[in-house]
Amino acid sequence: MSGVRRLVRSGRALVTGVPYLWLMLFFLVPFLIVLRISFSEAIMAQPPYTPLLDWVQGEEGEGLKLLLTLNLGSYLRLFQDDLYVVAYLSSLRVAAVSTLLCLAVGYPMAYAIARARPERRGALMMLVILPFWTSFLIRVYAWIGILKANGTLANLLASIGLADPSFELLYSDVAVYIGITYSYLPFMILPLYASLEKLDPTLLEAAADLGARPWEAFLRVTLPLSLPGIIAGSLLVFIPAVGEFVIPELLGGPDTLMIGRVLWNEFFSNRDWPVASAVAIALLLFLVVPIMVFQVVQGRQQEAGR
Amino acid sequence: MRPLSLALWFGYAFLYVPIALLILYSFNESRLVTVWGGFSTRWYGELLHNEQLLDSAWLSIQIAALSATLAVALGTLAGLALARFGRFRGRTLFGGLISAPLVMPEVIIGLSLLLLFVAMEQWIGWPDGRGMTTITIAHTTFTTAYVAVIVQSRLAGMDGSLEEAAMDLGARPAKVFFVITLPLIAPAIVAGWLLAFTLSLDDVVVASFVSGPGSTTLPMTILSSVRFGVSPQINALATIIVLVVATGIFVASLLLSRRERQRRRDEQMALQGG
Repeated sequence: MSGVRRLVRSGRALVTGVPYLWLMLFFLVPFLIVLRISFSEAIMAQPPYTPLLDWVQGEEGEGLKLLLTLNLGSYLRLFQDDLYVVAYLSSLRVAAVSTLLCLAVGYPMAYAIARARPERRGALMMLVILPFWTSFLIRVYAWIGILKANGTLANLLASIGLADPSFELLYSDVAVYIGITYSYLPFMILPLYASLEKLDPTLLEAAADLGARPWEAFLRVTLPLSLPGIIAGSLLVFIPAVGEFVIPELLGGPDTLMIGRVLWNEFFSNRDWPVASAVAIALLLFLVVPIMVFQVVQGRQQEAGR
Repeated sequence: MRPLSLALWFGYAFLYVPIALLILYSFNESRLVTVWGGFSTRWYGELLHNEQLLDSAWLSIQIAALSATLAVALGTLAGLALARFGRFRGRTLFGGLISAPLVMPEVIIGLSLLLLFVAMEQWIGWPDGRGMTTITIAHTTFTTAYVAVIVQSRLAGMDGSLEEAAMDLGARPAKVFFVITLPLIAPAIVAGWLLAFTLSLDDVVVASFVSGPGSTTLPMTILSSVRFGVSPQINALATIIVLVVATGIFVASLLLSRRERQRRRDEQMALQGG
């Protein structure tokens, strides 16, 4: 019997170990390397940064010494140069506004689907998820044609006399809000629907019997019970939106500063790997709290599922 | 109920009108994408002669198929561990490694993997330069998390009694997995593979970081051509992608629902027979 047990145990170790090792090597270790390089100095070399640890020749008779050089210059630059602070703040603002917009569009949709007849819910949810399967890049691209001057929206507004055909929303913060809301909407609706669908309708009947008006019942019963869905959905939109690159790059104007774009330019245009790494570490520090909250919410759902 | 269904239809219009416009203007004769100049399929013809685009599409499909397959293998194991092994040592970290890639900004994943590959090349001489291999590894890493979550939730939704019964009848764990568990979670595995394939085919940020000269993926080609505004060829390409995806989803869901019906019928037969 102990042979079988050992077999089971080694089988388990293998099942857990293989994906564990993969994710350690290709997800966790890379962060440590980013951290390390953020303390280096940029040099013209291959790779373009200085080593942190170096063997140097000591004084007479001392032999080799291991020298650790921590260069804080990249981090100092983040504080000294306005560009970075402004970019971080505007990333947080753009992500927050887009998350609220997602919630405003997504909550009524999720609520309506959860209240639809059970046999229709699957198809209605499918319609929400379907666009997610088509290319993200192409869905963002679709908005260029709509928002540009002489684009679909401008022509539509001009035909009813509300605006000039040269009216342009493209290359502005508003375009970025629309783009993020559009691309991330399914992520908001999925967890919202999951929590609203579980809601017991008899609770609302009870509230009505006890004299609560519909909006009162909504505020005091539905809303609090769907809070886990709101939190999970908001984090699923907010966290990736803070670091978003493609949407501000395609829809935002030259003054739409977002940190993902700054990191990209530091890396690809300025080829300053240490500063790009420091930007990444600072971005992670901003996101560490929301990511932890997400982990806890996710973990609780895993527990509940079991 | 009325304002609610209004909100629902507004939401669907918001989701689908941009895609519909994209398709409509792909059949536009005019080079000015949003001004209608008559029906034409010329952009599809030009697309077929765009060598650079076709090459990058082929590269992307290869990478997507390869990384989706790897991600399904790793993600299924991870999902199994999370759903069935209870509290093993290191589970918290493991759970974190699975859920963090779901929300991690792509620029960070891309940068960190590139720095890893550069460091590895320095230390052990592998990977030799960057290209298809490094993009495949990167895509496998972040899509594994999605597969794991799908497989785990499927496993969490079914009780372990069938597996336990097989164990009681003396089946070895590996046999239980291949004969009982795998067929039961097959729909989740198919969905996971399709999702991983789509995510890989769609990724531009991570791929831009970890690609090398001569390994330009389709999204990278698209990004560089739409940075300077609209192009009717991209509309044509978008239409093809939407068509392929819609067909794929339709066929997959048809097959899955048929299988599910068959399974239910079998269960009923077994119950009645016994």
